[in-house]
Amino acid sequence: MTQLTHLDRLEAESIHIMREVVAECDKPVMLYSVGKDSSVMLRLALKAFHPARPPFPLLHVDTTWKFREMIEFRDRMAGQYGLDLIVHINEEGVAEGIGPISHGSAVHTDVMKTQALKQALDRYGFDAAFGGARRDEDKSRAKERVFSFRSAQHRWDPKNQRPELWSIYNTRVARGESMRVFPMSNWTELDIWQYIHRENIEIPSLYFAARRPVVERDGVLIMVDDERLPLEKGERPQERMVRFRTLGCYPLTGAIESEATTLLEIIRETLVTTSSERQGRVIDSDVGASMEQKKQEGYF
Amino acid sequence: MAAREDLASADIATYLAEQEQKTLLRFITCGSVDDGKSTLIGRLLFDSKLIYEDQLAAVERDSKVAGTQGEKVDLALLVDGLAAEREQGITIDVAYRFFSTDRRKFIVADTPGHEQYTRNMATGASTADVAVLLIDARNGVQAQTRRHAYITSLLGIRHVVVAVNKMDLVDFAQSRFDEISREFDELAGHLEFASATSIPVSALDGDNVTARSTRMPWYEGPALLGYLEEVDVSPQELAAFRMPVQWVNRPNHEFRGFCGTIAAGTVARGDAVIAMPSGRRSTVDRIVSFAGDLDRAVSGQAVTLTLADEIDVSRGDVLCSGDDPAEQSDQFAAHIVWMHAKPLLPGRQYRFKTDNQTVLGSVTDLKYKVDVNSFAKQAGKTLELNDIGVANIALAKPVVFAPYRDNRRLGSFIIIDRQSNETVGAGMLDFSLRRAANVVWQELEIGKAQRAAQKHQRP
Repeated sequence: MTQLTHLDRLEAESIHIMREVVAECDKPVMLYSVGKDSSVMLRLALKAFHPARPPFPLLHVDTTWKFREMIEFRDRMAGQYGLDLIVHINEEGVAEGIGPISHGSAVHTDVMKTQALKQALDRYGFDAAFGGARRDEDKSRAKERVFSFRSAQHRWDPKNQRPELWSIYNTRVARGESMRVFPMSNWTELDIWQYIHRENIEIPSLYFAARRPVVERDGVLIMVDDERLPLEKGERPQERMVRFRTLGCYPLTGAIESEATTLLEIIRETLVTTSSERQGRVIDSDVGASMEQKKQEGYF
Repeated sequence: MAAREDLASADIATYLAEQEQKTLLRFITCGSVDDGKSTLIGRLLFDSKLIYEDQLAAVERDSKVAGTQGEKVDLALLVDGLAAEREQGITIDVAYRFFSTDRRKFIVADTPGHEQYTRNMATGASTADVAVLLIDARNGVQAQTRRHAYITSLLGIRHVVVAVNKMDLVDFAQSRFDEISREFDELAGHLEFASATSIPVSALDGDNVTARSTRMPWYEGPALLGYLEEVDVSPQELAAFRMPVQWVNRPNHEFRGFCGTIAAGTVARGDAVIAMPSGRRSTVDRIVSFAGDLDRAVSGQAVTLTLADEIDVSRGDVLCSGDDPAEQSDQFAAHIVWMHAKPLLPGRQYRFKTDNQTVLGSVTDLKYKVDVNSFAKQAGKTLELNDIGVANIALAKPVVFAPYRDNRRLGSFIIIDRQSNETVGAGMLDFSLRRAANVVWQELEIGKAQRAAQKHQRP
């Protein structure tokens, strides 16, 4: 018999999960964050429902501080595949002038990302939301279910998760409760890159090294993506060959110095890298168990 | 990773082409904290170079505070997950870990040995191809080894490997290892494994974990990782085609595709299929995929099939090979694992969710409970949290199935509480309580021409 490769099996599992949501849930949505994992998740959705279009909208929670290229890329993808795209911004946060520089990463992420996500899910009444999170990203994710139950307050209770056996998923929720669904739970970062390579999936050029204007803050290289990043006295953006391993709010996303301008070179760098993926994200280094805490509060 | 740094970009293409041919193995590790289970997994991750420097730095820091290995880095801390667990010093749930070699990608279900062991082990074992059972060389086969082996076998794992750990504490003595292997083989004889293999290891120092140890020259078998890279878990070649229909894809009036993950066998364009339980027949017209139509698809693939005839097929049905349909029934004997603090109430209605549908039903008769330590049958009126029992179940409508030991996908179900929506149990179908469950009585609806075609006759 034809032996399926590990990528074939991961792909089949993800497609099975997506179809199960569409078969069982009333109003699903796909959280689309424009990064490489979202790009893979979108491709999996296109495959799962072909020749139909994915029978759910994409939701992008825009913190207003994303890299400009992310917004362009998002709109282009939605147009290219004829997808229904919902962009949600926490207008209360905007009115209060919340931002990563004025309020710090913790407040900004909470108001513009976590609270904004809850607002959007409540406003549209989605009962299932796909996310591109992987179990290999973080210790607290290693125990999260594929179908992760959320209370009406969007809380995750790590001590009271439903047992999940075989590929039989309990999708039942009461009114107001919801599911976060992670079809790529069992993928690793390397699997993602291999799949992007095998399937020739387009990703934002921010992942590829280029000369970009950056400033160094506490050892982290921050790209000056627009005029909102205040420069300290005498501080001048320098042009350096950099790329990004993850994409988020530009003032909170560290660049790495790199010469990798092609996919193969990125994969090569990924293989020899010595720091794990989320290290470039400023929000994770706050406290030891911070991801777990943020997730209990409703962070994706 | 040093060797990998030499990889030139040109070689990366070759490297990737090889990497993309890797297969996947899912295994479960069973044992208690004291057996060195977390250390063993930490060692596999560490030695396969999947620990990044910042993670290692964090573990080195933690080792000084919470470690149990003195000056050595406590690799167990690498796999110690939630904050709640760290405080209690125990693993409380199933965690999934990932590592890979040049041959295979591995997904490890890491389950605790003490708390909630039955519930968590059953969960981890349900998706595993292989079980790694840890035994402390000083203690030999214990009650917990017996229950780990039993649950492993119950959940249909065919290959079990015993890691006899802490060989350093018994002076790497072959006699001790042989004694434990014999004890385990005797135990395995009562269970349904296709293979049982024992390997002497020391997880703390890495002996026989990823590389053969020089400290046990008397041992001639593979290291644990070598075993895991080699063990053959490919599906049966000759099994009849089965595809539970998960979702019907109808974007417009012209297209009607049946989506599902193939549970057994293979399918090709033009194959005769029968939809169960209706018994309606057709042939496969197309195997539709995003990258173009396929000629053939195999077990494990998630596909979309279109049929040559407009027959009524919906979620819950199973498309089967035309000359070998699956059975259907509404009454079964089944093994049940109870997973909730509120006990099972025979007679009460629950939702039973199979691979592709949810049906109301109840447990009509609890035959007996199983003592997972002695394998003895015990009388019981109910199942409590972590109990395993054999029961009769009655469903509100027939479902298409196969005995669990023949096909995990078609023989498994979970039990959902109707009020709380919680998953309260899981089960494995043993057999139908009705006779001749694969008789297709609707056969009469088939026209003369079709019947003749099936039988290769002229009408």
